[in-house]
Amino acid sequence: MPRLTKDHALELLCSEDIYSLAQQACKGRDKLHPGNHITFVIDRNINYTNVCQVQCKFCAFYRDENNSDAYVLSVEEILSKVEEAVEMGATQVMLQGGLHPKLGLDYYTAVFQAIKQYYPVVIHSLSPPEIKHIAAQENISIKETVMELKKAGLDSLPGGGAEVLVDRVRQLISPQKISSQEWLDIMETAHNMGLKSTATMMIGSQETLLERLEHLEKIRALQDRTGGFRAFIPWTFQPHNTVLGGKKASSASYLRFLAVSRLFLDNFRTVQGSWVTQGPGMGQISIYFGADDLGSLMLEENVVKAAGVSYNMARDKMIRIIKETGKIPALRDTSYNILKVYR
Amino acid sequence: MLHIIEAKILNGQRLTREDALFLTGCNDLLFLGRLAREVKRRKTGSFVYFNVNRHLNLTNICVSNCRFCAFGRDRDKNGAYVMSVEEALRTARTAVPEGITELHIVSALHPDLPFEYYCEVIARLHAAYPEVHLQAFTAVEIDYFAKISGKSIRDVLNILIKAGLGSLPGGGAEIFSSRVRKETCPNKASGERWLEVMQTAHELGLKTNATMLYGHLETWEERIDHLLRLRELQDRTGGFQSFIPLPFHPENTALSHLKRTTAAEDLKVLTIARLLLDNFDHVKAFWIMLGLPLAQLTLEFGADDLDGTVVEEKITHAAGAKTSEGITKDELLSLIREMGCIPVERDTLYNVLKVYEEGNKHEA
Repeated sequence: MPRLTKDHALELLCSEDIYSLAQQACKGRDKLHPGNHITFVIDRNINYTNVCQVQCKFCAFYRDENNSDAYVLSVEEILSKVEEAVEMGATQVMLQGGLHPKLGLDYYTAVFQAIKQYYPVVIHSLSPPEIKHIAAQENISIKETVMELKKAGLDSLPGGGAEVLVDRVRQLISPQKISSQEWLDIMETAHNMGLKSTATMMIGSQETLLERLEHLEKIRALQDRTGGFRAFIPWTFQPHNTVLGGKKASSASYLRFLAVSRLFLDNFRTVQGSWVTQGPGMGQISIYFGADDLGSLMLEENVVKAAGVSYNMARDKMIRIIKETGKIPALRDTSYNILKVYR
Repeated sequence: MLHIIEAKILNGQRLTREDALFLTGCNDLLFLGRLAREVKRRKTGSFVYFNVNRHLNLTNICVSNCRFCAFGRDRDKNGAYVMSVEEALRTARTAVPEGITELHIVSALHPDLPFEYYCEVIARLHAAYPEVHLQAFTAVEIDYFAKISGKSIRDVLNILIKAGLGSLPGGGAEIFSSRVRKETCPNKASGERWLEVMQTAHELGLKTNATMLYGHLETWEERIDHLLRLRELQDRTGGFQSFIPLPFHPENTALSHLKRTTAAEDLKVLTIARLLLDNFDHVKAFWIMLGLPLAQLTLEFGADDLDGTVVEEKITHAAGAKTSEGITKDELLSLIREMGCIPVERDTLYNVLKVYEEGNKHEA
């Protein structure tokens, strides 16, 4: 099948019949995943600090350094969270936090080394804005930063901070955050150094439909060069408690976009459905719109919760919602290797 | 087999029990949904109906003790209440200026309120607001009124009609299976009795709705049987306006160990109902129970009605529904339009009050 152009994708997004769109997306997914599995991972999000100097307008999580809710987790606190997670079956931890003006490379390397010393978990942590922040704190290159972090135990990068990879939109929603090109460059550097990552996207804030497709085009082009993206994960802006405010994108528009992403990103093996922002029900329905993965059980999640949205998902429920779609639930690791199949 | 069923639907032929049972084993929700939407489009085109109503729950004191209910309670329990006739009028007085066209009155089987109380509520509301349609009392309540007043169902209905009753809601049907009713609601009208009340109401010229509460102890066979009994009565009377599938909310009920049905199951029940009930004009997605995101999606899966703006719903929220208790008309219009449908404000009897033609499509 020829590659989708932005124009064609826009047409699909706006006017394709929803069943035709969903069926095409499922067909695309099933070709890549003939085993009929829908996967999930068990991990814990550890938000090591909520102090952040970029203060994006779509975010409800950040605090000023002198705010009474401001915190930074110590190495010991992080280790005890990792221990709990491992005991509950987590194979991965995702450390993500604000851009704290006083945290430098030594904090991160100490945390990673300590985790690796005690626990057999994959460290899937730090998105490009954090990498850039650490590099700037130390006045070293991105490459050196990634090398040091990798040496300390970093295994894989989450795709956060991408939001919408169009600078017009970034100016409106996160003017102090890294540019779209910087985000892409950091991912390219990491991929070239052997660190795989995911790519995310936040839809439903200030972007046009065409700008959504521009985002997809940029990550598709990078994936052509590096093959380093393991998954694409779109989610919707959660307006509650944010400076930006406004209305939430509907689940119907999310599902349409998910299906178009699946078709457009022909070089991505995995497109993830976001039950965390859509709720378990729509997470389940995303399987009918081309998702092959439902992300993580998330033993802890704080960022979406700060925007007033809190769903929970136990392993049983995850297995049940996947089974009811006629698919086979499977537990995976960070690299999308299947660890266990639930028949 | 799926092809045969598809051909039947496309040719407008009726599905059999065997067809329906076969569909219950089908996991291809996109197949079911597309067919159900086809039926919906034949019946109502791109119209999606809603009305502006207000729920009024006169009392929650109930002798029925249904195990799936979190609303009814004994009179000495916390939160037990009865509205006086004056209180009911006061609620109406605040709601009418908001532009409601219907009061939707569903309550409980109160141990000693007399039938006259209900007649008075209806008569006084009707006298005060003759333009507001009173959709009141499920078949189970009508059956109970007959019991406490010693009158026949026909007499009870005639008295209420004279007082100003406009139509009956479809509640209390639950699942007709006597096996399930014995387990979940042994103290209320049987399935047969529910159907008998509805038949009498239809014969007296009252329109009604029909519901099915699913996702508790019933099997798929019992769901299909329920739908077929509705279809059979509808063949005889034509008095049902819409069918409303209701997913069971287990929280705070005596069946709280059960799990809420998933979104895929909710859509499957909806699509199969739409395919099977060929003599029902409308299938309603009650967003209060489904949540707005799923309710919006049902418009592509065979539903043509989103009920109302519904201010102050108590029964489902007592069972832990996380939906808000009301939405504005603008929100309702925009979520219908986003699906490429045309919102139509209706009255209780599906007379069109306003077609909202303008509007956008598929934009986030």
